[in-house]
Amino acid sequence: MPRSALTGTRIRERRALLGMRQADLARLAGISPSYLNLIEHNRRRIGGRLLVELARHLGVEASALTEGAGAALIETLREAAAVQEGGSAEIDRIEELAGRFPGWAALLAARHRRVRELERTVEMLTDRMTHDPFLSASLHEVISAVTAIRSTAAILAETEDIDPDWRRRFHRNLSDDSRRLAEGAQALVAYLDEGAEDPGTQSSPQEEVEAFLKAREYHLPELEDARPADPADMVAASQELTSAPARELALGFLVRYRRDAERMPLAEFAAAAREEGLDPGRLAARFGVDPAAAFRRLAALPAALAGGPVGLAMCDGSGTLTFRKPVEGFALPRFGAACPLWPLYQALARPMAPLRAVVEPGGPMPPRFLTYALCQPALAAGFDGPQVLEAAMLILPAETVAIPESPAQPIGTSCRICPRRSCVARREPSILADGF
Amino acid sequence: MGKRVLLIEDEPNIIEAIRFILSREGWRVDTHSDGTTAFDRVTAVRPDIVILDVMLPGRSGFDILRDIRADAGLNGLPVLMLTAKGQVKDREMAERVGASRFMAKPFSNTEVLASVRELTGA
Repeated sequence: MPRSALTGTRIRERRALLGMRQADLARLAGISPSYLNLIEHNRRRIGGRLLVELARHLGVEASALTEGAGAALIETLREAAAVQEGGSAEIDRIEELAGRFPGWAALLAARHRRVRELERTVEMLTDRMTHDPFLSASLHEVISAVTAIRSTAAILAETEDIDPDWRRRFHRNLSDDSRRLAEGAQALVAYLDEGAEDPGTQSSPQEEVEAFLKAREYHLPELEDARPADPADMVAASQELTSAPARELALGFLVRYRRDAERMPLAEFAAAAREEGLDPGRLAARFGVDPAAAFRRLAALPAALAGGPVGLAMCDGSGTLTFRKPVEGFALPRFGAACPLWPLYQALARPMAPLRAVVEPGGPMPPRFLTYALCQPALAAGFDGPQVLEAAMLILPAETVAIPESPAQPIGTSCRICPRRSCVARREPSILADGF
Repeated sequence: MGKRVLLIEDEPNIIEAIRFILSREGWRVDTHSDGTTAFDRVTAVRPDIVILDVMLPGRSGFDILRDIRADAGLNGLPVLMLTAKGQVKDREMAERVGASRFMAKPFSNTEVLASVRELTGA
């Protein structure tokens, strides 16, 4: 996986790409071949002048060796290849593409994002045409009025000996129906106009909310004060939240955030979180809240207070991700379904059973994460109502907490881009050329 | 003459227009506007033909037609279906359920008259 590829690996790849022998590069850089070999296998740190020197002989910027091409760019390219039916893209050479042709790679990624946006717009419009009750009712109204007018007008035009009483009656009906038709047509036009201006077609409402939260690093000081801002004002003032559905989603999120902040005041909660090693169960008990609230609150802590980054993924009963706060090394897919082996989904299958697991996403040198997962019924409609489940998974990297030394459960991001070939939970083949 | 048509439709002005044109041709026109009780009315009136709207309050015209086709006593009753949506899927549905003919709104009066005549052999 690109994000875990290391400087040494990149040097080796670049050298191999140029067809240069290890000994030759070592000589040019003024080091011994065995030392270069250690560097290439990531067993020696490299930096400073030697890095610049190697980069010069490899014909790349030093930063291309240390950072590789942007992880986000590569992720997008991988996704573009994944959605192409029967595509023949050289998946194993994505990083090379991005490194050698950054402009073309960025263009390809931008085209891919645009296609996804347009696909979503088409889906939304199709949905609207087929399922929108307002549109369907308005059209029915218009057609009914037109039918009555056509029939009545024909009677008046074609019946020569029509009784004056009937004639008056039909004239009145015509007048009523034409007014109804005008109103129906106006409502329809107004509705379609409104739809055309809906900027929500640019990206999904959830993505808008995510952009809003990401820009604030998922922490909202305005809602932490004793005299908090009004969530509705915050939504109205935001630049990221442009569509009505996104504003509605964001408002719900902010109201919930404020309620969590009231029950778990920031300073007190941050101190408790450190004392309890970020265990959401103990924190929930300490603050008398349900565990999901403690999950959310931990994810809202600034990294400085939590001791490091804290990731959070939430899903509903269908497994659809409803909230994504990723951490480096643990990708949360933007489209399509995630990995069924995630503790999040294991928890979904066992409501109310808490899960604590060490997991390891794929890759040559996979990082390990400590996860806490729990699924709870919302009971929003009472005990008799339909059962709505919400599952949450807290993702803690080694940077934030000490990871227990227990064996890690292998997981992935999404089957199509997962390198674990023989995974028992695989639902479709991977597009990656070869596994790790 | 003196044949009976049962018009099951919920738009008062459409009812009025159809009633007028059919009455002038000598038909006796009964009307009914509620989907839930429409089938009972069909069995009570025993008309020579039913003109049935698809979109009715309470119950869909397709469901009413299904009941009519399932009733042995109403065997062979011609049913002219009306719908506000001239969509292919509605037409297919009407054929599957057993409509004798399908007419999309807005229809012309002469079409209605001609269909009623043909379907009843009048």
